[in-house]
Amino acid sequence: MWGEKRTERMAAEMADNGGRADAGGADIARIARQFIEAIPFSQALGMRLDEIGDGVAVISMPYDAALVGDPRTGVIHGGAVSALMDTCGGAAVMCHPEALAATATIDIRIDYMRPARAGERITARATCYHVTRSVAFVRAEAWDEDETRPVAAATGAFTVQRETPQGGTP
Amino acid sequence: MTRRPPEPVHLIRHRRDRALSALVEGVPYIGFMGIGFDRRGDELTAVLTYDDKLIGNPLLPAIHGGVTASFLEVSAIMELSFQMLWDEIESGRLDVEALRPETLPRLPKTIDFTVDYLRSGLPRDAYARARVNRSGRRYASVHVEAWQDNRHRLFAQATGHFLMPLRDGTAE
Repeated sequence: MWGEKRTERMAAEMADNGGRADAGGADIARIARQFIEAIPFSQALGMRLDEIGDGVAVISMPYDAALVGDPRTGVIHGGAVSALMDTCGGAAVMCHPEALAATATIDIRIDYMRPARAGERITARATCYHVTRSVAFVRAEAWDEDETRPVAAATGAFTVQRETPQGGTP
Repeated sequence: MTRRPPEPVHLIRHRRDRALSALVEGVPYIGFMGIGFDRRGDELTAVLTYDDKLIGNPLLPAIHGGVTASFLEVSAIMELSFQMLWDEIESGRLDVEALRPETLPRLPKTIDFTVDYLRSGLPRDAYARARVNRSGRRYASVHVEAWQDNRHRLFAQATGHFLMPLRDGTAE
């Protein structure tokens, strides 16, 4: 979940950077990266930001015995996969050229298609495919090292908090 | 007319607590998250003890949406599992002393899980209770509510569907 204060902080960062609401894609991605890499829970899960830009984010998480949900099979708990999907979805919104600034999850649905194999890294890829004045829509998928069969899929709605509520962007 | 005397209360309590702790301790992720369970009869309340590592937004600060999702999912699975085993715990058919992570009955598997974020999670303890709305032989539907300071001010809720394990010992 993402917070509101980020708007001001990002605005300040952008001002430092000589940028504005229409800062270049590279700046948006750089700032989004700084925020994502500073999230304590994402760090606790060992998440790594692999790609970010233009409304698409790829984040991965190493296998860790502490995250196991089924002791018999060593499969990672669905909750840890949800955390990866949520983080990745938020990152996709933050780096969308129109969304900008802060975002918070409104809702997310995760479908667990198969158990992730024990010992393998899990990678999520989220796309922010539509943005309205106040809502960003996201789709995401996750894989273990077999990239042909997703382990989970997600759809979510996120808030969009624009820098200036009465601003020019419709 | 003869009746069997009621079982001593400490035996009943021990069997229920032992079964619950075996279920909880068998799942490493529950320990990683710092989730515990309060039990009153067959009613479970999941308790998420606040820790700085659970933060998702250090500026607010607020707990991570993934923490909330995990907490709700853990609560739902535990409620469903405890309910699934309740009759065996009560009758004594389940040998609670022999329960180890390796010998634990198979747990329900999540099919899908939808989380509704109602307000931001504050940096303090959180509580959750789950309700099994439908539990068939194969599928179950569970609703979970989570709150922090005020029971009637939910900060998140979720609905999940679960695949129930086959209980005749054959693998799912």
